[in-house]
Amino acid sequence: MSEMIALAASAPPAVVYPLYLQAIIAIVKGAVLLFVLLTLAAYAVFAERRILAFMQGRVGPNRAGPFGFLQPLADVFKLLTKEEANPPFADKWLYYAAPAIITITSMLTFAVIPFGPSDWFIITDLNVGLLFFLALSSLGVYSIVLAGWSSNSKYAALGGLRATAQMISYELPMSLALVGVVLAAGTFSLREIVCAQSGLWFIVIQPVGFAVFLIAAVAESRRTPFDLPEAENEIVAGFHTEYSSMKFALFFLGEYVSIMLLSCIIAVVYLGGWHGPWLPPPLWMLIKVGALVFFFIWIRATFPRLRYDHLMELGWKWLLPLAIANVVITAALLLAFPKLVQGAGK
Amino acid sequence: MKFSPTVECPIWESGADDLLKGARGVLGVSGMQHVEPANIAKVLREHRTNPARPFPVLYDLTAVDESQRRKRPDSDDHRFTLQYLLWAPERSETLLLKVPLKGDAPHVATATAVYMNANWYEREVFDMFGIRFDGHPNLRRILMPDWWKGHALRKDHPNRATEMPPLVITESDLGEYDNYDYVPTPGDSYMRTRGKNGGELLILNLGPNHPGTHGVLRVILTLNGEYMEDVCPDIGYHHRGAEKMAERQTFHTYIPYTDRVDYLAGTYNELPYVMACEQLAGIGVPPRAVMIRVMLGEIYRICNHLVWFGTLGHDVGAMTPVFYTFRERESLFKIVEMITGGRMHPNYLRIGGCSMDLPPGWQEPLKVFLKHFDKHLLEYKNLLLDNPIFKSRTKGVGKMPLSECWEWGVTGPNLRASGTDFDLRKRAPYCGYEQFDFEIPMASEGDCYARAVVRHAEMHESAKIIEQCLRLMPDGEVMSRDNRFAFPPRKSETMMDIEALINHFLAVGWGLNMPAGESFVMTEQPKGNSGYYVISDGRTSPYRLRIRTPSFAVMQTLPELCRGHLLSDLLAVIGAMDFVLADIDR
Repeated sequence: MSEMIALAASAPPAVVYPLYLQAIIAIVKGAVLLFVLLTLAAYAVFAERRILAFMQGRVGPNRAGPFGFLQPLADVFKLLTKEEANPPFADKWLYYAAPAIITITSMLTFAVIPFGPSDWFIITDLNVGLLFFLALSSLGVYSIVLAGWSSNSKYAALGGLRATAQMISYELPMSLALVGVVLAAGTFSLREIVCAQSGLWFIVIQPVGFAVFLIAAVAESRRTPFDLPEAENEIVAGFHTEYSSMKFALFFLGEYVSIMLLSCIIAVVYLGGWHGPWLPPPLWMLIKVGALVFFFIWIRATFPRLRYDHLMELGWKWLLPLAIANVVITAALLLAFPKLVQGAGK
Repeated sequence: MKFSPTVECPIWESGADDLLKGARGVLGVSGMQHVEPANIAKVLREHRTNPARPFPVLYDLTAVDESQRRKRPDSDDHRFTLQYLLWAPERSETLLLKVPLKGDAPHVATATAVYMNANWYEREVFDMFGIRFDGHPNLRRILMPDWWKGHALRKDHPNRATEMPPLVITESDLGEYDNYDYVPTPGDSYMRTRGKNGGELLILNLGPNHPGTHGVLRVILTLNGEYMEDVCPDIGYHHRGAEKMAERQTFHTYIPYTDRVDYLAGTYNELPYVMACEQLAGIGVPPRAVMIRVMLGEIYRICNHLVWFGTLGHDVGAMTPVFYTFRERESLFKIVEMITGGRMHPNYLRIGGCSMDLPPGWQEPLKVFLKHFDKHLLEYKNLLLDNPIFKSRTKGVGKMPLSECWEWGVTGPNLRASGTDFDLRKRAPYCGYEQFDFEIPMASEGDCYARAVVRHAEMHESAKIIEQCLRLMPDGEVMSRDNRFAFPPRKSETMMDIEALINHFLAVGWGLNMPAGESFVMTEQPKGNSGYYVISDGRTSPYRLRIRTPSFAVMQTLPELCRGHLLSDLLAVIGAMDFVLADIDR
């Protein structure tokens, strides 16, 4: 296995396949990725439950299978077989569409994530990969807003409103933080961004951008301390108050897939992607993603929830100016010493 | 055993009536005054503004249905007696105003213009007795639903469900609903639905079933965006008629019911009740029992604050603190279980002492707990109190200045967060608190963060008291030897002494033969100042029992604390004010 990976890594693909074969390869890669991804998302839920339990002096789910390893299966089975309660007052089509949107957008982004240097570890190396991610993450918010709106329930509406306010507060700093990386790497392609980090990871030359992006990413995932749209104690379950069974499961899945996605993006953009000594490249990628997922869980166990107006303040008064300053300084440095930064990057 | 302040106010000539032989008068209040119904507002204003002896706080307002009392305190054949209990905390004085009311549906002038907090108390009296208060801003039922027929604390109202006729629901009762599930009064009947500029406001019913309200509390909000324009707590979903139940339980068998009033405070509920009964019976308590009471009371104070700390964290979105505090609470419950046999509802104190002695080896687990507790307190501080997000959520939120706290009758840690160190355990020590060395933590900001800091520090002080109890615990008995009121008697006495045997037989089989009289005791519970007012007319059960709880007083301030804040702040305020619904509704 490791030989194969090393082989694939050492020999960049020179062959150009015919179009139909490319299509088949893309579909196969997509299917494999989807399978791996859904399994990992289910186990991310399991990991979260066990790690939270460990941090809180509890046991956590340990009954289904050895150490509870079959728990995700039991969860999925339960969610699939639950009775579906559709509120009669909901706006039907939007109500059905909302959970699908978040699942689709967060899964689609995985098409541009490189898990290794070879063509076999990326579905398609889009030359605007980073923009693709930003576009889809903005689309994903529609899911939350529409769910809140179409449920026709007061708590859901409040959740949707909060999601809107949250989105406009963190999307700008998030995009601007990435501009620094794009400047340094000179490309939007995620694979090339990773290649640019073979010497020095971008976390070293873009520490401020990294901090801004990390905070914005937690906000993007709508988890503590930014879980305002679904703040349990305040607005019951927020935007998904009226959802049950599989439709709720899709929101749930969407949340964990987007945690994985954001971890992948952070790993790719700031932590050098697959780069690392000794181990095969995809394993490095997995280790980094795993560490970031753990970080997300750790945050959830530690922090209280921010208030609505504090989040806006954080986004507009701190993150946005910081991100802008980061872009300006990076650009200025690049102009003044093109060799220095490029050399560090390449 | 020392009760203070205690001034006897004899209202009956002793021995004037065979029935009331040995009647004890009104105990535990510093003074009493009879007031004509027409003068009440004037008299209240005089007492409030009296420059020499002002009474700034309306401690409690309740009524007594006198219709079945065998000997009424006045010769008058009035139906109800309204009881205003005024309080001057700085002088530790209480003044009882008794207002006799004639007729089945009497009217009396409202006291809301003099004491703001009379609002809810008058609604409760109206709800429970059907006494109307002229000029009250919003005289509607508070504990019972709007459609309830009758007034529950009147003597002619059935005491238990089996005394009531079968429930019949007619078509007209159902109205627009097609089943008979209870539908609460719609929220828009509580408040206006239009904003200042004429725009429509969102009415949000937070509760009675809501994950953030700590129980079956319903808060009706009008929201402008997420800003709360108006807030109205609707209570009564946890009403179980604890005061009515007292009227059919004997003095002794009511003790377990007191556990359920503030169900987080355990023996601290029993304490004011048994102290009131002991005061009425005129018996003392052995020193060992007194110290056991203090020790258990402080253990429960820590338990209460631990629950409060964890849930406050949870209310502002931190999920971990609650598991940490429940871990310590669990180890305390193990100790409580070892001593009393119960956990949340210990049913341990008795009139005249405690139900049993401490078990052998009781010190060890307590010592182990105390050894680690300060470390855990530091852990809580690091986890929550020092967290910048927690600070931003609680600082400056739900502010209440000291003068308003007194105005609303807010007591306990909530009061001490507003810049006073008023604590009954220091100001009017009961139950031997004067022999312990402890501080009263206080803060001056009066916001949610100050409340958190005060309670966090109180846990440390309670641990200090428990540590002193461990060192100072005297030997001896845990039950009074006055066999008329305290049982069981010594084994040797039951076997040799016919008097002791008869007393035991009567007390257990029939009930305590409590002398007629009225007795009032207030104590510093974990949540604040709680007062039990026991009226006996010489029967085996209380004629009337009034429980004045701290949670009721503090819940009345919720609109003041929340108006104009964000919806998220409501949860921070609710979390920081520390109430339980059973303590509000009883």
